[in-house]
Amino acid sequence: MGLLALFRRTPSSASVAKERLRIIVAQERSARGGGPDYLPLLRRELLEVIRKYVNVDPEAIQVSLEREDGHEVLELSVALPERKTG
Amino acid sequence: MTEIIVVTSGKGGVGKTTTSASLACGIARRGKRVAVIDFDIGLRNLDLIMGCERRVVYDFVNVIQGDCTLKQALIKDKRIDTLYVLAASQTRDKDALTQEGVRRVLDELTADGFDYIICDSPAGIEKGAHLAMYFADRAVVVVNPEVSSVRDSDRILGLLASKTLRAEQGNGGVKEHLLLTRYSPKRVASGEMMSVDDVKEILGLDVIGVVPESQDVLTASNAGTPVILNEQSDAAQAYEDAVARLLGESKPLRFIEEPKKGFFARMFGG
Ligand SMILES: Nc1ncnc2c1ncn2[C@@H]1O[C@H](COP(=O)(O)OP(=O)(O)OP(=O)(O)O)[C@@H](O)[C@H]1O
Ligand SMILES: [Mg+2]
Repeated sequence: MGLLALFRRTPSSASVAKERLRIIVAQERSARGGGPDYLPLLRRELLEVIRKYVNVDPEAIQVSLEREDGHEVLELSVALPERKTG
Repeated sequence: MTEIIVVTSGKGGVGKTTTSASLACGIARRGKRVAVIDFDIGLRNLDLIMGCERRVVYDFVNVIQGDCTLKQALIKDKRIDTLYVLAASQTRDKDALTQEGVRRVLDELTADGFDYIICDSPAGIEKGAHLAMYFADRAVVVVNPEVSSVRDSDRILGLLASKTLRAEQGNGGVKEHLLLTRYSPKRVASGEMMSVDDVKEILGLDVIGVVPESQDVLTASNAGTPVILNEQSDAAQAYEDAVARLLGESKPLRFIEEPKKGFFARMFGG
């Protein structure tokens, strides 16, 4: 599992809410405004392809568009599940 | 000049009608002529919160459909003589409200010299919410410090920036303000509830007011007296501050911290 266990204190309920919102709001904004509108579909199709090989969670895939001096970079990150025994 | 202000949220039940009623009263109490319109077709509510439900003879849809004049449908408030209410219709036919009809009513109110028109939006992002915001100059986005409400208000911000007359005309768009309500400083302090700053940071908007969770809101709706008229109440004072800020005054935020008490509060409070 992971990251949370690294911290001694579990984050407060409010900061969990804030972090979740930060991600979803950024995602939805880029889907409707700044980014091209194919992003949500791209994300769905990527998910389907990856799932042919590994069973990942929908939230394990982040697709975002970053603007870096003049050109755009499509960033794709896929968090693979931990390998389970059996 | 007439200013049209939509009170909107996306999510239902967050306090739009409570806010519309109090802002309308607060602005009108300062001598401005105010009309507050219920856009919640089929689920009329504002008349109850304003305490004029028994005086509704004609409604918004009646005016649009030409069953009566606007003058006949406007209900003059008994407490503040520059304040008028236009009730929503109870019809099931949501298509009764048309963009053209809404435009005619707003134009007539403008010609009649109203200073402010407050549009109480229905929940959701469907036609009613769309029509309530379409002609707005400013928007008060009502939000509770809670994930679904914040997310929905961000969607509303997206609509305000694209699906309004001002956005279409490209002349600066609708001016947006955030009004946080049902805020509990105690729960914020204990880390259970997102703070004003958290919500502000996520939505990237100016805060026009923070209204605390208050029992006075229920008492006010029971009586049909908008909460802002209950001077003792924290919620009333918070709404009064919001009115002042809407009209351009600057006021520090109140009621966002627990009342400071003893030694510990002084040590740990801001
Ligand atoms: N500051 C507050 N403290 C406590 N209760 C509140 C506060 N503000 C609103 N409420 C309560 O929340 C409920 C919903 O309020 P209101 O009707 O104003 O919301 P709304 O956004 O207009 O709802 P709808 O989406 O159905 O139109 C009511 O029961 C009201 O009394
Ligand atoms: Mg309402």
